[in-house]
Parts: sequence; structure tokens; C-alpha cells
Amino acid sequence: MAEEFVLSVWRGDASGGSEVEYRVPKETGMVVLDALHYIQHNLAPDLAVRWNCKAAHCGSCAAEVNGVPKLLCKTRMDDYQGETVSVRPMKTFPIIKDLVTDVSWNYQVAKEVPPLAPTVPAPFHMMQIDADRVQEFHRCIECFLCQDTCHVLRNHQAFDRYFGPRFMIKIAEFEMHPKDGADRVPLLAHEAGVNMCNVTKCCTEVCPQHIRITDNAIIPLKERVADRYYDPVRLLWRRLSGANPRSETSAAT
Amino acid sequence: MAQETYETLEYDIIVIGAGGSGLRAAVAAAEGSGLKVAVISKSLLGKAHTVMAEGGVAASFGNLDAPDGWETHFYDTMRSGHFINNYRMVEIFAKEAPDRVLELEAWGAVFDRTPEGRIMQRPFGAHTFRRLCHIGDHTGLELLRTMQYKAIHSGIDVYQEVTMTKLLVSHGRVAGAFGYFRATGRFVLFRARAVVLATGGWGKVYKVTSNSWESTGDGAAMAFRAGADLMDMEMVQFHPTGMVWPPGVRGILVTEGVRGEGGLLFNSEGERFMQRYDPERMELSSRDVVARSIFKEVQAGRGTPHGGAWLDITHKGPEYIKRKLPGMYEQFLTLADLDITKERFEVAPTCHYTMGGLRVEAETCATNIPGLFAAGEVACGLHGANRLGGNSLSDLLVFGRRAGMGAREYVANGVTLADIDEAEIGQEMERVLAPFGREGGVNPYHIHERLQEVMTNHAGIMRSGEILEQGLQKVLELQEEARRMSIQGSRTYNPGWHAVFDVENMLLLSEAIIRSALERKESRGAHWRTDYPDELPEWQTINFVERYEGGSIRVRTEPVKEMPEHLAKLFTYGKAPGLVQQSEKKEG
Ligand SMILES: Cc1cc2nc3c(=O)[nH]c(=O)nc-3n(C[C@H](O)[C@H](O)[C@H](O)COP(=O)(O)OP(=O)(O)OC[C@H]3O[C@@H](n4cnc5c(N)ncnc54)[C@H](O)[C@@H]3O)c2cc1C
Ligand code: SF4
Ligand code: SF4
Ligand code: FES
Repeated sequence: MAEEFVLSVWRGDASGGSEVEYRVPKETGMVVLDALHYIQHNLAPDLAVRWNCKAAHCGSCAAEVNGVPKLLCKTRMDDYQGETVSVRPMKTFPIIKDLVTDVSWNYQVAKEVPPLAPTVPAPFHMMQIDADRVQEFHRCIECFLCQDTCHVLRNHQAFDRYFGPRFMIKIAEFEMHPKDGADRVPLLAHEAGVNMCNVTKCCTEVCPQHIRITDNAIIPLKERVADRYYDPVRLLWRRLSGANPRSETSAAT
Repeated sequence: MAQETYETLEYDIIVIGAGGSGLRAAVAAAEGSGLKVAVISKSLLGKAHTVMAEGGVAASFGNLDAPDGWETHFYDTMRSGHFINNYRMVEIFAKEAPDRVLELEAWGAVFDRTPEGRIMQRPFGAHTFRRLCHIGDHTGLELLRTMQYKAIHSGIDVYQEVTMTKLLVSHGRVAGAFGYFRATGRFVLFRARAVVLATGGWGKVYKVTSNSWESTGDGAAMAFRAGADLMDMEMVQFHPTGMVWPPGVRGILVTEGVRGEGGLLFNSEGERFMQRYDPERMELSSRDVVARSIFKEVQAGRGTPHGGAWLDITHKGPEYIKRKLPGMYEQFLTLADLDITKERFEVAPTCHYTMGGLRVEAETCATNIPGLFAAGEVACGLHGANRLGGNSLSDLLVFGRRAGMGAREYVANGVTLADIDEAEIGQEMERVLAPFGREGGVNPYHIHERLQEVMTNHAGIMRSGEILEQGLQKVLELQEEARRMSIQGSRTYNPGWHAVFDVENMLLLSEAIIRSALERKESRGAHWRTDYPDELPEWQTINFVERYEGGSIRVRTEPVKEMPEHLAKLFTYGKAPGLVQQSEKKEG
């Protein structure tokens, strides 16, 4: 008999559900999404799972594999030799069906982020070294795995008080853009709630694009807020958070 | 059938498709017009196929090669299209691309930079000069994300995961579109004064493909059924370098940027075989030529273990590779256990792009149905018989904008909402729900797999009259069998249900591809026929146009628009216009 992988896939909808076991023939280099496609094409055509690129470019296929938030198209089945692979939807967002969750909250938040407000017309004169600082943030594929992981959203459901790490990245992208003239610091301090983050770095750990969300975006943004609003306690905050003091001036070039 | 209901929404303009072209069209349609505009997509916002584009967006800034200009971009595009392109589209495109790219920069895109602080441009196949603006190897992501954030701040309503199944035409003009919300399965009618189609291509009809699940040609098929003309359907681009191994990744794209950055192709005997096929341009020859060369090497028994060629970039060093091709590095490392900074890897042709599509007017992107506009991969005319790398992304911006403006102007002329035929809506709901009621029918995924097999074997890279004829019979049989497609489960987010209509669209377009491939009795660009191996001048003057009438496809020819003298002159120097100026300067 051909070798098989065993998957336990959460099936259900907003009213409830449970894990269902499926057996899938092994293939070299198979990723979890391949296994789910096998199930969908042969065993359960109504199995709901999002995907587009199957190459970790689009961020559609976020889910939780054996409890860890991951991209299904980038997670190899042979990482789980001999184990039953459990696949469940992201926990932080409401269920639509099976592995598909309602992520619309993220798109509402996106509208709250003021876009780039260039101080000069394009073409911009910009050196690679300045581009480097923000290009990292442009790698974000909006998989929302970081949102799924962040305890502020996952455990405390503070959707009305914190935009989440994805949108800290988005704000940082514009704030640190060398030609941007807008001021997003009040937004950060209030609606976006940057201070809700207590720098656990769990978001950075799950980011499939290896964006250093906490170090390179959130901490510098917190500093901008601290500079503006809490200057006297800034030193104390740094000591408590263990954050690395960074110069603000390089961002303002 | 129990009484089905549907929601009705009214707009001035709806844009179907939220890829680069759809978002650009929506932004243009809404801009300063006070019109009510909606953009609709079958997946989430920011996930459209465009997100996968890697290599870059072509625009003749000449930031590195000063002699570049629109004339040379025009020249390269016409030549690669083997002169069956709509020259006027190419002209508009070449002239406007730089402005569209700069717009992106102003809206937040951050391209890689030259040492002087300008937008960096990389070389790409068959572009005379370094022309592709890029950000590493995720240019499509940059373009789409920038457009996405621009669109959500432009007062446009966005409908995500809403699939359109029918385009509505009333008394000869567009009336809107009908479909359903995927999350609930509830029906929705969008009434609109004008519709822009930006639904992308149909690369999913082939088995080995770089395309996402969305590329099922819905827009082209819907418009075709409603009476719109399709053109150049025989022209399907096979990208030379798709991943080959392991099986699960077969077809996933290896960006042309790898060759642009210096990657070399070898056969199993260690020979740089491009020497044999295009000694001048070598690895950076046009895609049709490189794809065919790899195919021929494999056929001649000089293929790699899994039937491809070797691509080697290791000589560039790890630091350079990781900086310029970070996505490729990561893709091979995680999916193929292979470090491209240390090892060569296997590549083989993969279906990539559909040059054919809805026939449109160059200036406005209007189709032959009043009120219906089309832009992006679903439209046709810019790329001719073979698309140049990087030309699609600029196509999306240039013609996305023009389609949006075209729709805006059409609406400004005072057209009202067209009538809706209730009986037609009733029939459509019945048709869409029918697969739930058919017991023991065929599985749509299996029909799709068989279609892909047929199209790959009968209408792929290598074609002949006989093979195409056999393919046509098989597609017609599959169409018959597909009438019995059935599915289980509920209407809530049901991919199997969705697949039924994807497959119906692909079956129709596959027939269109084969019918026009049979007519073109020569080899030109991507269309290679072993029974007519030469490119023949008498075929350079015609395009094949198809129309769906009374349930069957009729093929006709239309003359290729002739270039005016000042453009025709650009091809008389024996080399690219930019190179002519360059040598004149040197001499002078
Ligand atoms: C891997 C890869 C790499 C590429 N790299 C490059 C490159 O470097 N440079 C370049 O120029 N080109 C490149 N291309 C080509 C280019 O990306 C595509 O041709 C282009 O993005 C197509 O854009 P579009 O706007 O026409 O449609 P798409 O981006 O395909 O978007 C189609 C939209 O239509 C929607 N839609 C479709 N059907 C329906 C329906 N029935 N109802 C509702 N909505 C629907 C979809 O949801 C989607 O939003 C690449 C392509 C691939 C696959
Ligand atoms: S570092 Fe901040 S944003 Fe990231 S997971 Fe922890 S609390 Fe959330
Ligand atoms: S920052 Fe990383 S984890 Fe978060 S959405 Fe973007 S890519 Fe995903
Ligand atoms: S399918 Fe695109 S990231 Fe997984």
C-alpha cells in the first residue's frame, strides 16, 4: 500500500464543528496545502480553504498547523513525519467555514491608516540606504498571522483598542518613508494603540516574511509616541521594556 | 425551485476584478467624478494574481541606459509581438508607462534605487535596454498593495469574495452583472451604467501553470457569452522557467529576473544551449524562443533528470542573490530543499500568460458591447503573439486607467441604468443552483484535471493540425460530460460549487483557443505548429476574432491595423531606435 499522511482538519461553521480525519497519499515535497487540495479534489469538494499563489506570495492560506500559526503553502508535510497533522482555522478571527475565517476587521483598520503624503512630487530622489529602512515592511503579504498570534487580539480581543502588528508595519512604512509629510503619531498614541503592545515579539516569530515587526517597526514607533507624549518617563519605559535606545534623527532624513 | 431571492445594488460603474488593472480602473473611474464606483473580486482584496508578479514593471525611463525612450519600448514590444499587436495600443502604452510608474511612487511604492537615487531598472528578455523597475523580486506585491491602499482611500466600495457568474446585457448595452457572496451563497445583482472587466487570464486551463486558481477566464467567458469579441486566442505564453521538482511545486514561476540578474541555462551535457537558438541574446532572448529551446533540448534527450534545463546563478554570490532575488532564494529553500546560492536547479516551461482576450479600442478600452470595457490580461491587442516580461504590469496601469476613464466618459454622456430581465435572472439562479440537485454526477475537479491534460497535450507549446483536431474533439466531449457536474454540501463558502463555473468558463475558452489555433496555419510567437514551422508574411496582416452565436463559436479574420509612416519608420534602421541614436551620437 502506498504511504500516507494523516490529517485532522477542522470542519464546521459559525455554529460549531470538529476535527475530521483524512488520509492522503504521500508525495515528495508535499506541503499542507497540497494535502488539503487532495482532500478537496477527491474526498470533500466543499472543504473551504483560501489560497491563491501556492508560493508564499499572497498570504491567503494562513491557518494553524498543530497549533502553530503558519502558511499552509509553505509548511511541509514531512516536517511532521509519523504525526497526525492537525489543521485548524486562525483562532483570533470569527469562523466562516472550515479553515476560512472572517478577516474583514483588518480591512476596516486598513482604512484608518492615512496614506503616504509626499512632500515633493515624484520622481523622488531617494538613496537605496533610505529605501532599505522601509522596504522590509513592503514585504508584508497581509497573511494576518501576526494578528492571529498577538495576545492583545487573540486573548484579550482588544480589536477596538489596538490595530495589531500588521498595521504597525503599515504605519511604519509611511512614517519612515523619507518623503512623507504626514503625522501619524497622534493616531499611534490613540486609535492605533501602539502602547497596547508589550513587546513580546510573538508576532515577529510567526511572520513568514521574516519582517522584524517588533524591533524595526513597533519599538521605533513607540519611541515616537514616547517622545511626543511621555518624554519624562521615556527612560524608565526603556528600562522596563528592555528596548534598545535608537536615535530618532535617522528617521527624519 | 423554492422562491430564490437576491439583493440588488446600484452603481454608476462596477469594476469586476481587483488585480492591478481593476484597482487602477476603479481609481480612475472614481477620481473627481463623484460617481458611485464598486470593485468586485472573487478573492480577498490584495490577493489577486497580480500579487505574484516578480520581475518588474517595464517603463522606458532610461535611468541606467539614457538612450532608452518610448520609441525603443514600442519597437521591442511590436517585435516581440511579431507585429500582430494593435500598434496604437503599443504606442499609447510605451508613451504612458513611465508616468504610471511614477504615480505608484507617489502613492507609496518604494522601488530599488540606482546609485544616483533614481528608480533602479533591470535587464529582461528582449528589452533592448535595462527597463524593468522593481523591488527585489516582489514587484507585483508592491504594485498591488500600493493600488489597494490607494483604492480604499478613493471612496470606492469594495466587495470581496463575491463571484460574478453572468454579465447582463439588455437591448444591446451592458446592464450589470449577477453573482453571489461566497461566504453565504446569497445571490446579488449589481446594476451599473458601465462595467469594466479586469478579471485576468485563463492560465489554469493548462496542467503545468504559474497561475493562481483565479485564472479561469471568467470575465472573458462571461463577456463572450454576452456577445463580446475575443481575439488572438491561439496566443498562450509558456514561460521558459517554471519549477520542476518536487511534484507539488511543478509550474511555480522562477522569475525571469534570475536570468536578468545573470543566470545561465545549461542542458544535461553542460552546454549553454541558447547558443544554438539565439546566439545574440542568449538567455535573454524572448520567452517564446527560450521556452521552445528548452522544450527542444528535452526532446533531443538532453534534459535534466525531471525533464528540464539547468538554471545556474551561483556565480553571482550569496549576498547578491539574497538581495536581488530574496523570494526565489526562500522559495527554493523551503519548497525544494535547495540553496540557489550554492546549487543550480531544474526549470521547464510553464503556462504563464494569455495574450488573447477581449478585443478593445486602444484609447478607451471599449469592447464591442456598449458600456462594457476591459483592461489587463482579459483584454487583447497590446502583446500580439508574445508578451514581453514586465509589459503586463505596465499594461495594467496604463490601460486600467484608460478603461476607468473610458467608462467614466461613457457614463458622463448621460446613459441610464439598463433594464433588468427578471426571467433571465430567474434562469441564472436556477442554473447556478442546479449542481446541488444533480445526484451522482461528475466531480468538477476531475473534469478540470482532464481538461488540463487535454490542453497540455493538444494545444500546448507544440501544436499541429492533427493534434489540435483531436484536442477539439476531446474538449467538446468534456463539455458534454460537464453538463452533469454535481456537488455536495451547503452554499456557505463552497469551493466545489465555485469550481463548477470555473470549469464551464475554461471549457468554453479552451474551445476558443483550439479553434483559432487551427486557423493560424503558420508559426508565430508563442504559436508553434510543427506542420507549418515557418512564420509567413501573409499571416502577419490578420488577427483571428471569435464570436459566440447561437451556442457555437464563429471565427473570422480582421486586418491588423497598419502603422502610420512615422512609426513604421522605426523598423527600417535594422536596429532599435535607441541604438541608432546612440551610434549617431558616437559618430557625430
Ligand atoms: C508568477 C507570475 C509572475 C509574473 N511576473 C510578472 C512580472 O514580473 N512582470 C509583469 O509585467 N507581469 C508578470 N506577470 C503577469 C501579470 O502578473 C498578470 O498578467 C497580471 O497581474 C494580471 O493582472 P489583471 O489585473 O489583469 O488580473 P488579475 O491580477 O489576474 O486579477 C483578476 C481579478 O479578477 C477577479 N475575478 C476573476 N473572476 C472573477 C469573477 N468571476 N467574479 C469576481 N471577480 C473575479 C479576481 O478575484 C481578481 O481580483 C506574472 C504572472 C505570474 C503568474
Ligand atoms: S510584540 Fe506586540 S504586537 Fe507583537 S505579538 Fe507581542 S504584543 Fe502583539
Ligand atoms: S507582518 Fe508578517 S505575519 Fe504580519 S501580516 Fe505581514 S507578512 Fe503576515
Ligand atoms: S497560497 Fe499564497 S501564501 Fe499560501
